[in-house]
Amino acid sequence: MKVVLHVWRQAGPSAAGSLVDYEANDISPEMSFLEMLDVVNERLIVRGEVPIAFDHDCREGICGSCGMMINGAAHGPMKLTTACQLHMRSFKDGDEIWIEPWRAKAFPVIKDLVVDRGAFDRIIQAGGFVSAPTGSAQDGNAIPIAKQAADEAMDAAACIGCGACVAACPNASASLFTAAKITHLGDLPQGQPERMRRALAMVHQMDIETFGSCTLFGECQEACPKGISIDTIARMNWDYLFAAATERQGAEVGGTG
Amino acid sequence: MERSGLRRFWDSSVGKKIVMGATGLILVAFVIGHMAGNLQFFSGPARFNAYSHLLQVDVIELTWLLRVTLLASVVLHVIAAYQLTMQNRAARPADYVRREPQVSTYAARTMRWGGVYLLLFIPYHLLHFTTGTLHPAFVRGEAYGNVVIGFQTMWVALFYLGAMAFLALHLYHGAWAAFRTLGIARPSNDPLHRRLALAIAVIVPAGFSLLPLSVMLGFIR
Repeated sequence: MKVVLHVWRQAGPSAAGSLVDYEANDISPEMSFLEMLDVVNERLIVRGEVPIAFDHDCREGICGSCGMMINGAAHGPMKLTTACQLHMRSFKDGDEIWIEPWRAKAFPVIKDLVVDRGAFDRIIQAGGFVSAPTGSAQDGNAIPIAKQAADEAMDAAACIGCGACVAACPNASASLFTAAKITHLGDLPQGQPERMRRALAMVHQMDIETFGSCTLFGECQEACPKGISIDTIARMNWDYLFAAATERQGAEVGGTG
Repeated sequence: MERSGLRRFWDSSVGKKIVMGATGLILVAFVIGHMAGNLQFFSGPARFNAYSHLLQVDVIELTWLLRVTLLASVVLHVIAAYQLTMQNRAARPADYVRREPQVSTYAARTMRWGGVYLLLFIPYHLLHFTTGTLHPAFVRGEAYGNVVIGFQTMWVALFYLGAMAFLALHLYHGAWAAFRTLGIARPSNDPLHRRLALAIAVIVPAGFSLLPLSVMLGFIR
C-alpha cells in the first residue's frame, strides 16, 4: 500500500518546525505504524537525508515511550492502542496521514516527534515514598486488601506515562496521569500513611510544570491506551480537597524523591 | 512568609476547580428553584404577584441573604473560570495543525462563551425585571404585568431564549462535571454518561422558556 505522510520536522528545541510531506510506497498492511516510519527513515538515510526522530522502546505497548498525534488523535485511530501497536491495516491505500508531536508547554519538543516528558517524572518524584516494608517478601495475604480496592488500584497502575492524556486534552492538562498515580497508591493500605501529603504535593507539582486544568471534556480517557478512567480524577480531587481541609502547618512528614 | 492554606488551595488548579464546582452547584440549585417559582406565572396575576410580594417584602431579609450568596458564587465562579482559562491557553502555546476531538460534547466546548453570554444576561435580567431600570413600563409590585409587557418586545424575548439555550448547554456539562470535580460522583463504567444533568438541562431552561414563549405566541397578553 501507499500512504502520504505529513510529518512535523523540527531540527531542535528552539528551531522552527513545519510539516514536511513524504510519500511512503510499498508499505505492507501488516507493518506496525513504527515499522512504517522505520522504512521511511531507511529510505531517507539512503537519500542522504536526516531520518525522522521518534521515541520508541518496547514496541509491545507497555513501556510508554512511543506516542505521537496521528490524524489528530493521540496514538492514532485505534482505541486502547499505543502507536507501536497500531498497524497499517488501520489505514487505506492512498490515505494521507498527519503526524505531529505531543503539544504542551510542559512537553517541549526536543526534535521532530520527540518531546521531553520529564515533567511526568517530577510529578512522580513529588509523590515521595510509601512506608512499605522492604526486604524479603511477605506472605501473599499478610495485608488484607479488598477486591474492589485491589482492582481499582491495578486499573490505575496500568498507566504507562506515555502522555497521550496531556496530548489529547484541549487544555493540555495532566490530570488523568496525576490522578492515576494518586489513585493507584491511595487505594491500597500501603499507600495510606502518606496519602494526603502525596495528593497535595503531586497536584502542586502538576501546576508548577505549567500543565492546564481539567474541564472534563473526557478526551484523555478516550486517548489513554490503558483505558484509565476519569473516575480517577474525581478520586484525586476528593483526596486533594480532604488533604487541604485537614492540612496542618508544619505537620509535613517524610521527604520527597 | 508561609502562604495560608486557603490561599494555596485557591492557587492550585484543582482547588480553583473545586471552587467552580461548589459554586456551580449552588447556582444549579438556584435556577431549579427560580424556575419552579416562575411557573406560578401560569396560575394568574394574583398568585404570581403574591409570590413576588412574598420575596420582595415578606421575607426580604432571606432574599438578601440569597442574593449575597448568589453574587459571591457568581463572582468566585467567574474569576476561577477566567484564571483557569488563561492557565489552559498558556499550557499549549503551539497548537496542533490537526486535532480531532473524539468525545467532547458541544456543551463542553461552549462552556466559556456560553458563560460569557450568561454573564451579560444576568445584569440585564436584573435591570429588566428586578429594578425595572431597562423596562419600558415597569410598575413596582405588578410582577405579572411587568413580565407580559417585558416579553412583548421581540428582541428582548429572543435574548432571553438565547440565554436559556446557553443555560441548557451550561447545565448539561456543568451539572454533571461539578459532581465529578468535587469527587462525590460514584465510579462508573461509563463516566461520560449523565442522566441527571440531562434532566436538569432540559427541564430547567424549558420551564423558564415557557414564560417568554407564551407571551410571544400570544397565549398570554
